[in-house]
Amino acid sequence: MVSEKDVSYVADLAHLELTAEERARMLKDLNSILGYIERLNQLDTTNVEPMAQVVSRYGVSKDSTGSEAFAYTMRPDELRPSLPHDEAMSNAPQTDGTFFKVPKVIER
Amino acid sequence: MKIEVLTVDSARTAVLEKQVTATALVDAFYQKIEAEDPAIGAYLTLCKDRAHRQAERVDTLADKGDALPPLAGVPIAIKDVLTTKGVRTTAGSKILDNFIAPYDATAVARLETAGAIVLGKTNCDEFAMGSSNENSGFHPVKNPRDHSRVPGGSSGGSAAVIAAGTAVASLGSDTGGSIRQPGAFCGVVGLKPTYGRVSRYGLIAFASSLDHVGPFGKTVKDVALILQHMAGRDPLDSTSANLPVPNYTEQIGEPVKGLKIGVPKEYFGEGLDPEVRAAVEAGIQELAKAGCEIVSVSLPHTEYAIPTYYLIATAEASSNLARFDGVRYGVRAKEAKTLAEMYRKTRDAGFGTEVKRRIMLGTYALSAGYYDDYYLKAQRVHSLLARDFDEAFTKVDAIVTPTTPTPAFKLGEKTDDPLAMYLADIYTVTANLVGVPGITVPCGKSKEGLPIGLQILGKHFDEATVLRTAHVVEHAIASSATLD
Repeated sequence: MVSEKDVSYVADLAHLELTAEERARMLKDLNSILGYIERLNQLDTTNVEPMAQVVSRYGVSKDSTGSEAFAYTMRPDELRPSLPHDEAMSNAPQTDGTFFKVPKVIER
Repeated sequence: MKIEVLTVDSARTAVLEKQVTATALVDAFYQKIEAEDPAIGAYLTLCKDRAHRQAERVDTLADKGDALPPLAGVPIAIKDVLTTKGVRTTAGSKILDNFIAPYDATAVARLETAGAIVLGKTNCDEFAMGSSNENSGFHPVKNPRDHSRVPGGSSGGSAAVIAAGTAVASLGSDTGGSIRQPGAFCGVVGLKPTYGRVSRYGLIAFASSLDHVGPFGKTVKDVALILQHMAGRDPLDSTSANLPVPNYTEQIGEPVKGLKIGVPKEYFGEGLDPEVRAAVEAGIQELAKAGCEIVSVSLPHTEYAIPTYYLIATAEASSNLARFDGVRYGVRAKEAKTLAEMYRKTRDAGFGTEVKRRIMLGTYALSAGYYDDYYLKAQRVHSLLARDFDEAFTKVDAIVTPTTPTPAFKLGEKTDDPLAMYLADIYTVTANLVGVPGITVPCGKSKEGLPIGLQILGKHFDEATVLRTAHVVEHAIASSATLD
C-alpha cells in the first residue's frame, strides 16, 4: 500500500509539488493501479531472465553476440557538424546569450 | 475533385497527370480543414508556408516534365509528438506550448524527400499518454464517425484526419496501441511496424523501448506506401534495425492460400463486446475462404501484459520526462526563487493529471526498495510474454485478434477511472512489449454504426505478411458492404 508519506517522497524525487487535492487523488489512483499490478506475483519468475528491450533478442545478426552484434551502430570517431549554438538556444526561456540562465542553485 | 476520397495512389496520380497542381491540392485541403476541423479538433498547428514551399517544388518538377518522386503531392498530417523543423511541436502538452523544433524527425524528413506535403500537426494525448485523446493539454478530439465519442488515443488526431478526409495519410506513434486503437475507433487502417523498422529520431520519447512510429491511411496499400518510404536503418537512432526494406506493395494482392493464421483464445474471453467478436470472427472466416489455415493458438501470459506494460512504460516515462524542467526549452514557471522550486513549479503547471500520474507510478516503481518487486518483476514477465509469441510463431505465420474490446466509447465515459482507460489497450499492448508488427483494419460496424477493427500481428520484420493478410480482410469487407 502506498501511503501519504510515499506520495510526498516520490513527488519530491520526480520534482513535482502537487496540490493537496492532487496528492489525495494520486494516493487513491496509485493504490488502485498497484493493486491491479499485484497479479504479476501469481507468476513464479525465479528462473526467468529479465528482458529490458527487444532489440537484443530480435533484429540483430545471430552470428555475433554481445556488443559485437551492435557494431553497426558505431560511427567513425570523426568530427562532424552538430546543432548550431544559436539554434540550440533558440527555445530557452532565459539565456545570457551564451549559457542557459536559471534561478539561484545554492540556497543560503 | 472530391478530395476526401483521395488515396496515396490517386492523389499522386492526379498530380502526375496534371488533373490538379500540388498547390491547388494543398489549398483545397486547407479549405476543407478550416471549414470542418473546428468541429473535430484534430489539428493543433497548420504549417501552410512549409506545405506551399513543398507543393511548389513538386509543381516545378511536374512543369519541367521531370520524374516525380514516389509520394509527390500527397498531403499528410503528422502527430505532434514528431518534431518538424521551424514548426511548433507540442506533444499535446502545455509544457511545450511554445516549442519550435530545431530539426525534423527522420520519418518526416524521409516522407518529404519522397514528395509528401506536410499540412500540419495533429492533436494527441499529452506525451502520447492516453487511450481517448481526452488527455490533450489543448482540447479533446471528436470521433468523425460520431461526435459524441472519442476517436481513441493517443494518436486520435491522426486517425480522425483520415476518417474526416482532411489528410490523405498521417503519422502516429504507438507505445501501447496508440495507432491501432484509434485506427479501429475511427474505422481507418493503422500500422505499428516492428520495433526498429522505422527510426524514432525526432519522436518525443514516452517509453523508448516501446515507442514506434507508424502510418494511418484509408487503405492497406496506403499504409504500405507510407511505410515503404520511411522504413530502414537510420544512423541517428541506434535501435533502428540494420536490415533491408522489402517492397511491401508488391506483395499486396498475392494469394494467401496456405498461410497459417493463429487465433489466440485469450483474446476472445471476458470483456469482449459480442458485436466486436462477431465482426472479427466473420473476418477470420473470410481469411479461411481465401485459403488460409485457421489454427487455434495460446498466448498464456496475455492477462499479465497490462500490468507489465504499465510498470515498464511508466518507469521509462519518468526518466524520459525528467528533461522537461524549464531550462532548455518549453514553458518556465515564473516567480521561482531557487532552481528546485523552478523545476517543481514548471512541471506542476506544465503537465496534466495523467502525465503526473504516470511519472509518479514510474518513479515509485524505480525507487529504492521497490525496484526488484516492480520494475525487475515486470522485466521478467516481459520475457515470458516474448516466449509466448516465439512459441506461437513456430506454428503460425500471423495472429488475428480484435483490435479493441469495444467500439469507440463516449467522451467522458472513462476519464475518472485510469484503470478502466488502461484496459482499453488490452489487445494492443503486448505487440509493443514483444516488438512484433501489428495492423488494424476495419472489419465491419456495430448496430449503432460504429467501426470495428481487426488486428493482425506478424513475426518480427514481416510487415509484408501482415499487410498481405490485412488486404484480404479489407477486400472481403468492402465487397460485402457493397452487397448490403
